[in-house]
Amino acid sequence: MAKETKTLNLNFGPQHPAAHGVLRLILQLDGEIVEKADPHIGLLHRGTEKLIENKTYTQAVPYFDRLDYVAPMNQEHAFALAIEKILKIEVPIRAQYIRVMFCEIGRILSHILNVTTQAMDVGALTPTLWGFEEREILMGFYEKVSGSRLHANYFRAGGVHQDLTKGLDKEIGKFCERFPKIINDLELLLTDNRIFKQRNVDIGVVSKQDALDYSFSGVMLRGSGVPWDLRKSQPYDCYEQFEFKIPVGKNGDCYDRYLCRIEEMKESVNIINQCLANLPVGPIKTDDGKISPPPKKEIKQSMEALIHHFKLYTEGYRVDKDEIYTAVEAPKGEFGVYLISDGSSKPYKCKIRAPGFSHLQAMDYLIKGHMLADVPAVLGSMDIVFGEVDR
Amino acid sequence: MQNIQDLEKILNSELNTKIKSSFIKHNQIYLKIDESDLTEVILFLKTNSKTKFRQLIDITAVDFPENEIRFKLVYLLLSHEFNQRIIIEMDVKEKEIVGSITSIFPAANWMEREVFDMYGIDFKDHPDLRRILTDYGFEGHPLRKDFPLTGHNEVRYSHETKKVIYEPVKLEQNYRNFDYESPWEGTKYIKEQTKE
Repeated sequence: MAKETKTLNLNFGPQHPAAHGVLRLILQLDGEIVEKADPHIGLLHRGTEKLIENKTYTQAVPYFDRLDYVAPMNQEHAFALAIEKILKIEVPIRAQYIRVMFCEIGRILSHILNVTTQAMDVGALTPTLWGFEEREILMGFYEKVSGSRLHANYFRAGGVHQDLTKGLDKEIGKFCERFPKIINDLELLLTDNRIFKQRNVDIGVVSKQDALDYSFSGVMLRGSGVPWDLRKSQPYDCYEQFEFKIPVGKNGDCYDRYLCRIEEMKESVNIINQCLANLPVGPIKTDDGKISPPPKKEIKQSMEALIHHFKLYTEGYRVDKDEIYTAVEAPKGEFGVYLISDGSSKPYKCKIRAPGFSHLQAMDYLIKGHMLADVPAVLGSMDIVFGEVDR
Repeated sequence: MQNIQDLEKILNSELNTKIKSSFIKHNQIYLKIDESDLTEVILFLKTNSKTKFRQLIDITAVDFPENEIRFKLVYLLLSHEFNQRIIIEMDVKEKEIVGSITSIFPAANWMEREVFDMYGIDFKDHPDLRRILTDYGFEGHPLRKDFPLTGHNEVRYSHETKKVIYEPVKLEQNYRNFDYESPWEGTKYIKEQTKE
């Protein structure tokens, strides 16, 4: 007698702690085996691109913090670079160093969150508690430099908003001395952990070819053995002045991606140390009065500065008619901005290319044939943040 | 790294009948093609050993409501081997149906869905052309320039009916779009006078 079987439809999320946000995943299950996964996204869609079209270039920057909200400054960087390329602005070298330093801090912020929550998804709670203590310190640096812990609004076209506060470089230096030990602690807990390996090794394997076809970038691509990092291959700001390695995985499974992230954190500490050792002195934003606002002191005395200040905060600066695509290596992959300007002070079109969008798209391909319990593991290793997927 | 000028020459000689225009700016190649040649051009760029644009970065559209051919569809490709980026543009009329490239790049699936959702451009032979970012049962295409910034509907939980309900947007104050242009540069009558 043939057994009667029936596929089961399971609704995973949108309110599920392992969905890393508001993901609704409709799973078709045969017993415990996933036959098909259909992610429904857009539950956090805020129309960022539409909003940016209606704001001046300065007002658009905070929207970028709200995309991938665990590494806000990396996103602002892409937007700032796009405007700078169109307007051909020279960014002072100190500003470039500060930006690189805070991008790497953002990378550590994002990787700590991802590595530790991925561990939590497969059953280890301790790394999260240890990791979040460090994130707290890093967000303290964000606060000291920009005034807020998450939504920094710090990078500007032509530099950064303000200089490092006094003594901040020493504090960051101290953190960099201490942090490798914390990474080591995390590794002691996870890297050779039997349960962690059982849950991650050979799960969600991506081949080189598929990683390219599915538009993967960042760790998802490098985990599969493609040595591609925009910081090396298409360096922006002053990245070519630093020495760092690009960790590359071998098998393209969840475990390799975890290892890549751990190594990347070590490299980021290395870059920050190099930044601090050679931090140049000088201005932190371009001195072009048509683009960057004058110092407060001057506004009180100079008529020209007052007019500039007024014009910059009402109309904003204008950007010549042009179109451009710029990309940065955000912690999650290639984050790009496709900007069309029409000569006015508002972007005509600003398409945001979020790495998570393409990664999540491959969910069906990644999870097919795996067990239901592997869904959180794969989802965790993809490093999905809904702010950027839904925009 | 292959020289970008050489690459442009190769493209122009191999695809000369299909390229309407090409130029280099910001270290990227911009190609303008016809809608009917899309799949051929993309397939060529992906498979040819001299180009190897093996990664599709993004697909998007731009709305120009005042133009006769309303939309511009944009494909961004990346070649790891030669470390080059290419931007392919084509003009698309409002109700025109464009060929899908999902068979060439599986990643195009969601990207085309997004363009369909945001701009209402249809893709032929797309396996699953549904809305992606907007709400279930949403009407309109939000990134079109004639779609209002504040939208049409808002949702709230209703205590009377004990469920989430949709209502037309009611704002205490409408979104105001101030014209900040300098009066001595922007005002119409001065512009007209200075022209003469």
